[in-house]
Amino acid sequence: MPRRLTPARLALMLFVALAMLWLMIPVLIVAPMSFSSARFLAFPPPGWSLRWYDSYLADPSWMRATRVSLTVAVSSALIATLIGTAAAYALNMASRRLAGVLQVLLLLPLVVPIVITAVGVFLVFANVGLLSSIPGLILANVMLGMPYVVTSVLVGLRKFDPVQEMVARSLGMNRLRAFFSVTLPQIRPSVVSGTLFAFISALDETVVAIFISGGENQTLTKKMFTALRDEIDPTIAALSTLLTATSFLLLALMALNLRARARKGAR
Amino acid sequence: MTATSPDPSKLHDRRETRLVLMLLAPALLVVAGLMLAPLGWLAWQSVHQDGSLSLAHYARFLTDSIYATAFLQTFRIAFTVTLAALLIGYPIAYLAATVPRAWSLLILAAVLLPFWTSVLVRTYAWLILLQRRGLVNTLLVNTGVIDQPLTLVNNEFGTVMATIHILLPFMVLPLYAAMQKIPPELTMAGASLGGRPGMVFRTVFLPLSVPGAIAGSVLVFVLTLGFYITPELLGGGRAFMVSMLVARNIEIYNEWGAASSISVVLLVCVVLVFRLASLLLPFDRIMGTR
Repeated sequence: MPRRLTPARLALMLFVALAMLWLMIPVLIVAPMSFSSARFLAFPPPGWSLRWYDSYLADPSWMRATRVSLTVAVSSALIATLIGTAAAYALNMASRRLAGVLQVLLLLPLVVPIVITAVGVFLVFANVGLLSSIPGLILANVMLGMPYVVTSVLVGLRKFDPVQEMVARSLGMNRLRAFFSVTLPQIRPSVVSGTLFAFISALDETVVAIFISGGENQTLTKKMFTALRDEIDPTIAALSTLLTATSFLLLALMALNLRARARKGAR
Repeated sequence: MTATSPDPSKLHDRRETRLVLMLLAPALLVVAGLMLAPLGWLAWQSVHQDGSLSLAHYARFLTDSIYATAFLQTFRIAFTVTLAALLIGYPIAYLAATVPRAWSLLILAAVLLPFWTSVLVRTYAWLILLQRRGLVNTLLVNTGVIDQPLTLVNNEFGTVMATIHILLPFMVLPLYAAMQKIPPELTMAGASLGGRPGMVFRTVFLPLSVPGAIAGSVLVFVLTLGFYITPELLGGGRAFMVSMLVARNIEIYNEWGAASSISVVLLVCVVLVFRLASLLLPFDRIMGTR
């Protein structure tokens, strides 16, 4: 239905255009700053250079932190996908009442204020010797990433017709095979979305990392946070630009993945 | 039926239940070990002083004014942020839900791109924009709007501005989801019955979008209550929120009792918000899982 362009609607469009600008500026402002040649942040930059990328890439401590963050994000996203998908499949099978209670339990990490979670994880890790360790960081991020996987896969499973799996089983497949050859291919876009979410959440996680990571195993976000608290170093602009580019790339992947899901739905 | 030949359907049910529990076990173990156990320990710790039961940690809420100040400021910031996010987010979601698909994708992209950008990076960007010689001040001074740079950062203003920016997607996405489900036939019917656009919006569209507004507001409110990174970096000590109180008590003073009691009170506040909201909207709709 074509809408008439009333003054009210024109005002609405103007407002939204301004809001979009306000939303995008902080995302786009960091990139030009990162190519500045100045020692201090100034806008517009007085000249252009790659010195801050150089100072990031040449610094072994930034590189180590980057490796720690990537290792943690990849492993925790994969583990969260595995156990989160299993949990979602089970929740979808369970009785409504049981599923309701368990779902609240599994979504707790999203609901509990992150500082409290960080203090709690710190407490547990201090007692079992996992502080400042990579396995500890992975475990914590598995917990934080799991809710995204569970939520995303549950949504996928609700759109999936369980009769198909039953047919496969009645034709002689065992449950595991029926799941992998019939169910999983159809809910794959939801699983992939969950994994990407868990990956981004782990890469971006800062508060828990502040409490439990340290020494050799400091994450990128913890190092950034500490650096920002002390002084504004343009190296962070370079690193931020790289991080933003990574997120955009993942968002594009997600969009492609969603298109796959939409095509599947249409079939 | 005798005990020796159990009902096959019951046997099947029992096997199903066992499978459900087996598949859920790893996930539940992680949450129980890293979330429930420490929460229990914190709650236990909060009612102990020197090894015996005591409410001393809670009594401090009444005597030490920094507790009340932090909680009041946190709630004030959470209200401001939620209200602002609703006022900014509603028109965005409304337009996105009522324009042709290509335009609505563009609007949603503007909401999603920041959402996917690291919180730390966006906080840093606001620092660059709002600092004394930042972009905003430079622009305002150069155009002659002001003579002296304004203090926009290291205070509550900077914190609130960045927090709204970071949490706005949590408002827009549930709103958009709710609005998208409103059948256009309904508003058309309203219009064909002679309702003027304003009236159709008020009597048809607005009430149907309320669940989205509730879900978005609850998410934004609760997330602001627990916000840490942004106030720590942009608040300059003048936006002192509850999370910072918890962190300081552990990192600087090593005061587990105090940190525990503050955590328990903050958690109770969060649970209460969800509880109150669930009177209006089921929990799984707030979290967008249904």
